[in-house]
Amino acid sequence: MSWVTKTLSSTIGRKLIMALTGLFLILFLTGHVSGNLLLFKGDGGEAFNIYAKFMTTNPAVKLLSWLTYSSIFFHVIFSAWLSWTNKKSRPIGYGVSTPPSTTVSSRNMGILGTIILIFIVVHMQSFWAQMHWGDLPIVTYEGEQYKDLFSIVSFAFQNELMVIGYVVAMAFLAFHLSHGFASAFQTLGLNHAKYSPAIAVIGKIYCILVPILFASMPVYIYFTQS
Amino acid sequence: MILDSKAPIGPLAEKWTKHKFNSKLVNPANKRKYEVIVVGTGLAGASAAASLAELGYKVKAFCFQDSPRRAHSIAAQGGINAAKNYQNDGDSVFRLFYDTIKGGDYRSRESNVYRLAEVSVNIIDQCVAQGVPFAREYGGLLANRSFGGAQVSRTFYARGQTGQQLLLGAYSALSRQVANGKVKLYPRTEMMDVVTIDGHARGIVTRNLITGAIETHAAHAVLLCTGGYGNVFFLSTNAMGSNVTAAWRAHKKGAYFANPCYTQIHPTCIPVSGDHQSKLTLMSESLRNDGRVWVPKTKETAEKLRKGEIKPKDIKDEDRDYYLERKYPSFGNLVPRDVASRNAKDVCDEGRGVNETGQAVFLDFRDAINRDSEDAIRARYGNLFDMYQQITGENPYQTPMKIYPAVHYTMGGLWVDYNLSTTVPGLYSLGEANFSDHGANRLGASALMQGLADGYFVIPYTIGDYLAQIGPAPVDANHPAFAEAEKGVKDAIQKLLSINGSKTVDYFHKKLGHIMWEYCGMARNAEGLTKAKGMIQDLKKEFWKDVKVLGANEELNQTLEKASRVADFLELGELMIDDALNRNESCGGHFRTESQTPEGEALRDDENYAYVAAWKFIAENAPEELNKEPLEFENVKLTQRSYK
Amino acid sequence: MSKTIHRVKVVRRARFHVAIEKKYKHMKLTLKIWRQKNAGDKGSFVTYPIDGISTDMSFLEMMDVLNEELTANGEDPVHFDHDCREGICGMCSLYINGHPHGPKQTTTCQLHMRSFSDGDTITIEPWRAKAFPVVKDLVVDRSSFDRIIQAGGYVSVNTGGVPDANEIPIPKRIADEAFDSATCIGCGACVAACKNASAMLFTSAKISQLAMLPQGQVERMSRAEKMVAQMDAEGFGACTNTGACEAECPKGISLTNIARMNREYFAASVKSETV
Ligand SMILES: Cc1cc2nc3c(=O)[nH]c(=O)nc-3n(C[C@H](O)[C@H](O)[C@H](O)COP(=O)(O)OP(=O)(O)OC[C@H]3O[C@@H](n4cnc5c(N)ncnc54)[C@H](O)[C@@H]3O)c2cc1C
Ligand code: HEM
Ligand code: SF4
Ligand code: FES
Repeated sequence: MSWVTKTLSSTIGRKLIMALTGLFLILFLTGHVSGNLLLFKGDGGEAFNIYAKFMTTNPAVKLLSWLTYSSIFFHVIFSAWLSWTNKKSRPIGYGVSTPPSTTVSSRNMGILGTIILIFIVVHMQSFWAQMHWGDLPIVTYEGEQYKDLFSIVSFAFQNELMVIGYVVAMAFLAFHLSHGFASAFQTLGLNHAKYSPAIAVIGKIYCILVPILFASMPVYIYFTQS
Repeated sequence: MILDSKAPIGPLAEKWTKHKFNSKLVNPANKRKYEVIVVGTGLAGASAAASLAELGYKVKAFCFQDSPRRAHSIAAQGGINAAKNYQNDGDSVFRLFYDTIKGGDYRSRESNVYRLAEVSVNIIDQCVAQGVPFAREYGGLLANRSFGGAQVSRTFYARGQTGQQLLLGAYSALSRQVANGKVKLYPRTEMMDVVTIDGHARGIVTRNLITGAIETHAAHAVLLCTGGYGNVFFLSTNAMGSNVTAAWRAHKKGAYFANPCYTQIHPTCIPVSGDHQSKLTLMSESLRNDGRVWVPKTKETAEKLRKGEIKPKDIKDEDRDYYLERKYPSFGNLVPRDVASRNAKDVCDEGRGVNETGQAVFLDFRDAINRDSEDAIRARYGNLFDMYQQITGENPYQTPMKIYPAVHYTMGGLWVDYNLSTTVPGLYSLGEANFSDHGANRLGASALMQGLADGYFVIPYTIGDYLAQIGPAPVDANHPAFAEAEKGVKDAIQKLLSINGSKTVDYFHKKLGHIMWEYCGMARNAEGLTKAKGMIQDLKKEFWKDVKVLGANEELNQTLEKASRVADFLELGELMIDDALNRNESCGGHFRTESQTPEGEALRDDENYAYVAAWKFIAENAPEELNKEPLEFENVKLTQRSYK
Repeated sequence: MSKTIHRVKVVRRARFHVAIEKKYKHMKLTLKIWRQKNAGDKGSFVTYPIDGISTDMSFLEMMDVLNEELTANGEDPVHFDHDCREGICGMCSLYINGHPHGPKQTTTCQLHMRSFSDGDTITIEPWRAKAFPVVKDLVVDRSSFDRIIQAGGYVSVNTGGVPDANEIPIPKRIADEAFDSATCIGCGACVAACKNASAMLFTSAKISQLAMLPQGQVERMSRAEKMVAQMDAEGFGACTNTGACEAECPKGISLTNIARMNREYFAASVKSETV
């Protein structure tokens, strides 16, 4: 085994991948949520559609999106690998397990992640696939043609189930990040009395703020566009 | 027989250097042909096994715990002495030597003690190099504290966990040799017998505690580093598994047992709370710096206390008896361990004990707290107070602590010469298991020093001399002596399992402990000892008729393990009584009520008893034979202790 | 000093908290104990009623009482590991009512019956981990910990020939922090508590101690690599940073050790000579 595969297949190395991909996804979510805030602009989706086109055509963004896909991919693969190892390391469980002094989220990262994964698939299929290969209506702003993703989004979020599904999924994301955010820094070895409290606070704010912003979009559209 | 200590002649300070030079060396290429068995992985055993493996010998290391790191050395709290004189307060090798001889009440061998003091400085260097995190000053240099029996600060420490840190250091050195393939570890394996061929130790018989397999191991030499036998008293500060089995079986194979009656009883332990008590916990002696020891002046008040009718704080100062301050105005609460212990026993015997069992005295911090504030006391003793509170459920900041003496250390052990060799050639004994160095009383922080001195710096030299002489030819593992010893062990186990009586092993152990504590504890006299001897003989008979050991040999069987250890304690107990009877003087931890000064202090009899009593096993149930090693003091003057 | 992110959210159980004095002499309890004849046996819980337990007893003394009774009735006593009964050897290892070492942050031997109430049911199990196979009843085999130390938990110096102890000054803060890591007693409660049966807290404590001290520098990288590799080879799980280990560790070994181990390991992977 080369030193790279040796390192990355060790339990600590695998966690390194989890932390790096997780943090990258956090960065991605930050960008994603800021872009999507254009939905709130109230311009009938113009800014949002322009942004969506930029995001699907710009070569630099392309690179970033491939990084995102692979991050999700590796995050999921490594989480499965780790979960398998972890499961194996205690073949016989306890008869009594009172809730230990740890958070619910930290104990259920796999379940939370799986739900997020299901959400991601649904989400990509509803919007991302549509944007790439779907038959979208075309709108023209200042002489240029754009796919009208906004109309698809508006339409989708007329459906209560869809809205509820999104809100719930975001709640799971919030829980995933309530542990994941700070945990990633601990995994990277960044634990210090000087800055760890700050990481913890930022993580708490992040894991509440970002999912709320995401969740507010379908809710907003549901109530404003019907 | 007069025993030869093989101590080299010449000036004290040159003995060890000369001896090392005169010892034969084993050719480096030959070392790997020698096999050495080390029984015990405490400070003495782990350091010896690691050091010998580093030299190139093939080593097998045994312990009964699941890991070598759990040997009872781990529990030592206070610290380790060394004559580094880092504090510039007048310490020197000679001063450490002198303090140790004096502290041992002039019952130890000068040459050994001097060597101990001499190598003490190397121990600290060695441990620091291993990564032992000793306490340090702000400047980054090592810190020292002072300890009983010395006027200089020479004790190195790692908070209250010095033994743990030193043992983990030795364990790491041992682990390194295991990884190198030089040491083979046998945890959860108990040594059951020594195999001797033509009078030389050539191997051991062991029992695998998981499978029950009885196995033999051959070697060129055997080192017994199996710790002390304080558990003969049932209750002691020793670990539950601490035992005398290895040393006792060696004794029965010809190794003399020296000074078995020398026992150290530590004055500040948490008292017994009831019949269920399984062991006693030591509280650091440093508490006596600020705590005041007292009991009520009258029996009646004590009675009320015991019944819970009054609280300690209800007792007015004039109704309290601060007996140590009263009797020893100059030393007060800081009298030596044995004096403090004996006085506690006396006031309790008078019916003035303060807990439900009547076996406790107060150690009161009220005045210290009033003087220095609770925070100051917390800063000094916080962790000890927490420990006390956790065990007893009482808050020592609000109500005085209760303490009582407990058996803590055994100065006696296998007799060894200057080379640490027992009377059986090829059989060595190191650490608390041997009798060397501490005489009739051990100073605080000196046991750790001795264990590591023996293992790191003495045995690597002295064993070479023996091995070079016998040559590297492999030991014949098929010699009938192995099969014979193995059979003996198997028979003994079968015998224990077949009795199927009605009383548990603990029943006998507790009873033995009670007899020993009552008659061979803090104060002893001919009448009591004679009575106790009979009681032990009866108990032993009852044991072999009526003990109940369930299960089989071929499994993990903790009752069987205990039974075989208690069987040995029963025999040892009798020898301790014989030794205590023989020594009709008071010295160190051995107090014969017949031999005291008019003020009630221990009175030595140098004329008749300045010797080591080394007992030779003759036959089962036959009296042992007393041999003497006369003690000569060329470098110190014998004086009588006084703490008035 | 060494605080961790998790200290912020983990509700730590009081270390030496003593409940309001309640003293009983005769508590009645129901014990549900894991009995297993040997490594090959399947094992099951067996229920034992027990009476006359005083609040002054330690937990293990309560077990002694049970064993005396069982022996008197001709039943095989319950086997469990213990030695010092002082909270320092790390031998005792009972999983009590869902917590390694029971409801307090201490060792099993330092747990006292006053932490329980009359009428309680107490469930007692062995540590559960692939790397800690059950030997009998409540006794497990923790030799995997020894092998992790053998992989590199030492400074390679031979006896003799070392520099004077005061040759290298070590800042007090560093020495104290190294000491904090060095206090691990190797009990395995961290593994028992962890949902992944991970040995990271144990392994990291030793790696940290030696990484902080000047004496440990020479082998710093190879040590981290080898000890982590051994830890994985033994079949311990990975770390999810839940903090259960820290919350249950009787010696308060902190998660900062795991962070440091990760740093040491990454640095070693990138910089060490081994390819
Ligand atoms: C509570 C307490 C506090 C102390 N504090 C101090 C202090 O502050 N300073 C100080 O200097 N001293 C102190 N002492 C004394 C000191 O700790 C011991 O004397 C010393 O550690 C003994 O070390 P050892 O290596 O001889 O034996 P131990 O550490 O007891 O080791 C004995 C070894 O032998 C093995 N063994 C025993 N019998 C067998 C057998 N039959 N078969 C196989 N293996 C066997 C055991 O498994 C173990 O590995 C203290 C002692 C106690 C009890
Ligand atoms: C946008 C989505 C996601 C983000 C931002 C994210 C972020 C993170 C972060 C930061 C961590 C902490 C890593 C560490 O402890 O070092 C983490 C852990 C984890 N994630 Fe995700 N994650 C996402 C999606 C997923 C998905 C889809 C899955 C799986 C199916 C998943 C499964 C896990 C698991 C199991 C862990 C814990 C791993 C462990 O420590 O054992 N995550 N995630
Ligand atoms: S880290 Fe704590 S819980 Fe784990 S083995 Fe060490 S002392 Fe026990
Ligand atoms: S028995 Fe030693 S720590 Fe509990």
